[in-house]
Amino acid sequence: MKALMFGWEFPPHILGGLGTASYGLTKGMHNNGDMEISFVIPKPQGDEEKGFANIIGANCTPVAWRDVNRDYVEGRIGKVMDPQLYFDLRDHIYADFNYMRLNDLGCIEFSGRYPDNIIEEINNYSIVAGVISRTIPCDVIHSHDWLTYPAGIHAKNVTGKPLVIHVHATDFDRSRGNVNPTVFGIEKDGMENADHIITVSDLTRRTVIDKYGISPDKVTTVHNAVIPLSDELLNLPRREKKDKVITFLGRITMQKGPEYFVEAAAKVLQKNRNVRFVMAGSGDMMDDMIRLAAKRNIADRFHFTGFLRGRQVYEMLADSDVYVMPSVSEPFGISPLEAMEMGVPSIISKQSGCAEILDYVIKTDYWDIDAMADAMHSLVSYPGLHNMLRDKGIEEIHRITWEKAGKKVIDIYRHVMDNRR
Amino acid sequence: MKSVCFYFNIHQPFRLKRYRFFDIGNDHYYYDDFANDDIITRLAEQSYMPMADTLLEMIRESNGAFKCAISISGTAIEQLQLYVPEFIDKLKQLADTGCVEFLAGTYAHSLSSLEDHDEFIREVKQLDRLLLRLFGVKTKTFANTELIYDDDIAMLIAGMGFRNCLTAGAKHVLGWKSPNYVYKAATAPNLRLLITNDKLAGDISMNFNRTEWDEYPLTADKYLDWIASSPEQEQVVNMFLSMDTFGTFIPESTGIFEFMKALPRFAAVRGIRFSTPSEVCSHLKPVGELTIPYPLSDIDEARDVSAWKGNELQNEALSKLYSVAERVSLCDDRRLKLDWEYLQSSDHFYYMCTKNMSDGASHAAFSPYDSPFSAFTNYMNVLADFLVRVQEQFPESIDNEELNPLLLTIRNQAAEIASLNKEVTSLRINILNSEEKAAMAEIEAEPEIPKAVPPKKPAAKKNSSAKKASTRSIAKKSASAQDDK
Repeated sequence: MKALMFGWEFPPHILGGLGTASYGLTKGMHNNGDMEISFVIPKPQGDEEKGFANIIGANCTPVAWRDVNRDYVEGRIGKVMDPQLYFDLRDHIYADFNYMRLNDLGCIEFSGRYPDNIIEEINNYSIVAGVISRTIPCDVIHSHDWLTYPAGIHAKNVTGKPLVIHVHATDFDRSRGNVNPTVFGIEKDGMENADHIITVSDLTRRTVIDKYGISPDKVTTVHNAVIPLSDELLNLPRREKKDKVITFLGRITMQKGPEYFVEAAAKVLQKNRNVRFVMAGSGDMMDDMIRLAAKRNIADRFHFTGFLRGRQVYEMLADSDVYVMPSVSEPFGISPLEAMEMGVPSIISKQSGCAEILDYVIKTDYWDIDAMADAMHSLVSYPGLHNMLRDKGIEEIHRITWEKAGKKVIDIYRHVMDNRR
Repeated sequence: MKSVCFYFNIHQPFRLKRYRFFDIGNDHYYYDDFANDDIITRLAEQSYMPMADTLLEMIRESNGAFKCAISISGTAIEQLQLYVPEFIDKLKQLADTGCVEFLAGTYAHSLSSLEDHDEFIREVKQLDRLLLRLFGVKTKTFANTELIYDDDIAMLIAGMGFRNCLTAGAKHVLGWKSPNYVYKAATAPNLRLLITNDKLAGDISMNFNRTEWDEYPLTADKYLDWIASSPEQEQVVNMFLSMDTFGTFIPESTGIFEFMKALPRFAAVRGIRFSTPSEVCSHLKPVGELTIPYPLSDIDEARDVSAWKGNELQNEALSKLYSVAERVSLCDDRRLKLDWEYLQSSDHFYYMCTKNMSDGASHAAFSPYDSPFSAFTNYMNVLADFLVRVQEQFPESIDNEELNPLLLTIRNQAAEIASLNKEVTSLRINILNSEEKAAMAEIEAEPEIPKAVPPKKPAAKKNSSAKKASTRSIAKKSASAQDDK
């Protein structure tokens, strides 16, 4: 079975959970066998893991004819893509896009991030999708998150193949309800044009049904999983330390509920001074949080690390005793799974999608600061609970694999393909 | 002639209120009065009261042919006294019929039989005293918390003078043996064991209102046919049921009380009689020994103690709690001792069970908490406060072995001071008396020597208390010297 996937991020260059999930799912599907996946991303760097998916760069796909020779192409994009693919794609240019700002290869440049002109970039991505879908044969089209829905719809119109969209988050999660109408429009358009919708949790599934008015029978939940961490990361040295460390790790934005973490920390510190709190990450609420910590008079025990990347994340986790994710609305939330795999017991909000599949975590309402503080205190004070959640948590995580998630997605593909016939 | 033994169990724990860690050290009241009141009042209304009336009616109608046993925990009695005192009167009426045997057990429905044997014995005696005081009954048969039993516990029970003990018919222990006989304990040959018949009890407690059950509906006629058709040699059927099953899990509308009321009549037709456990044990000879090296219970599919001691949370909580058992027994703060009772209830540990959410369903059904982890957190917070209070009783630097003789000395000192005071007063009276006499003598015969009489009495007193320590005689001397002045 051939699948054409549109994504926005791919490890190792990731900005959030989307990249990790796309990678894990693709790999899990590949491991189920008999899957040929072409994965389109805006701007590959060449160091992405290949082998299980054929990576196509949107910024390497020509939308206007340029007379270039093979060696030149090899030199320009050889480390990212096979030059032959460039020429194949060039044969399928379907309109004259010379009026656009193009580079020497006739390609559109992409930032691959989330720039201010993101709407323009989404549109360009969908132009490129037209060329790609004419070139790459496929049985099913799969779009990851709203940025790629227009591309998916375009590809569906070109090829007539069924479209599956994967909702990793909705704008309701990101904005605590104050949705951006443009984004909402793109999302709703994608959902209505899709033959099937995959959501990462039942929480998101309900949002899709209730807020976007989608028929429940075409929405299925496939929970995310976790990619086993390498032994090197799992065996990171754990420092002997006097104080217990309780960590918040993620974007410091409204969606993640950082202020509840600070308030709970203040409660714990009133009673127990042998705890340190770390807020790792960056975001638009960071300054507010620094101010709040100072106002609560806990700044001496409350630390900000700034943005952590790659290995630093796992070093932080290895140094932590408790991981907290107080998200106000979290479609899934892959990071507690990683913390658990590192042997760090987690406290998560009941409003997180991953709460649906995890048993060995403490779940509280995000607004219930008392309950959260109580859970923090209990995890640092009562070794029985800490040990149990650590040991059972690791076992539990090992049962959640991307292979199982991949299998479910393949079943959905079969289902939509059968409906087509 | 076959005997049927019904055992009705009544227990309610003192549920804990939501107790956050910042309450530790500030708030020493741990209980959710509202929930406790609400639950026991509801149960009494739906189940306990109608069931007690049913039993009374059965006894009356059958002219005392219907007999049964009731086991009730101390914490349940306390709550009933607080919230539903009329049920205590009903129990008294039942006790007065002479057809109901009350069983001994642990006061707080606790796990002390597994954790602390001294505490276990103390608890059993405490419940015994309470039952004697309230209902005027002396217990002969023992039923542990959820029928927990093993060979060690058998010895403790026999050691307390019980002759009969009820325990669970766990398949992994009985094997091919039938529960419908009397057995004896391997480690305590004088202790007779009665085994519950789970199948027949389950037909009432679980299947009675299950319409998809192939034997539905269950009638008294059919039920007693099953008992009557068991092999001739099987002489006793023990059915251990939670009393709140009647009227709550099996609502009154299913006709459960009518089913019960019909039992004595149909039993009489078939020549089946109802007995109390001690009657059964005095009539029947044990057919064999049971060796039970590992504790078993009446709970969950596994019929072992893993519902309370199955995970790290429970083990930590239990070991922390029982680590202060001796300290608590040494102190005499009444409120502390009360909290000690209530915190031991096995229910608190049952709520922490994580038997992965398969058996967990029945655990969750009874738990006031949303997860085993919050049950643990809440209990440990309460326990932390309790431990602080225990530690405040005595300095931590002194260990129990040292503390014991010290406390003994302190207590003896009190007794000693009391006896000394008594002596001083009696001496004073003697002296006064002798002075009076001397004065009288002086009046009677002025020139006579007055010395002869006064020393006599103190000397006699000295002889009578010859054993007393030298310090005491010194004290006495000085006292008498003062008086002389």
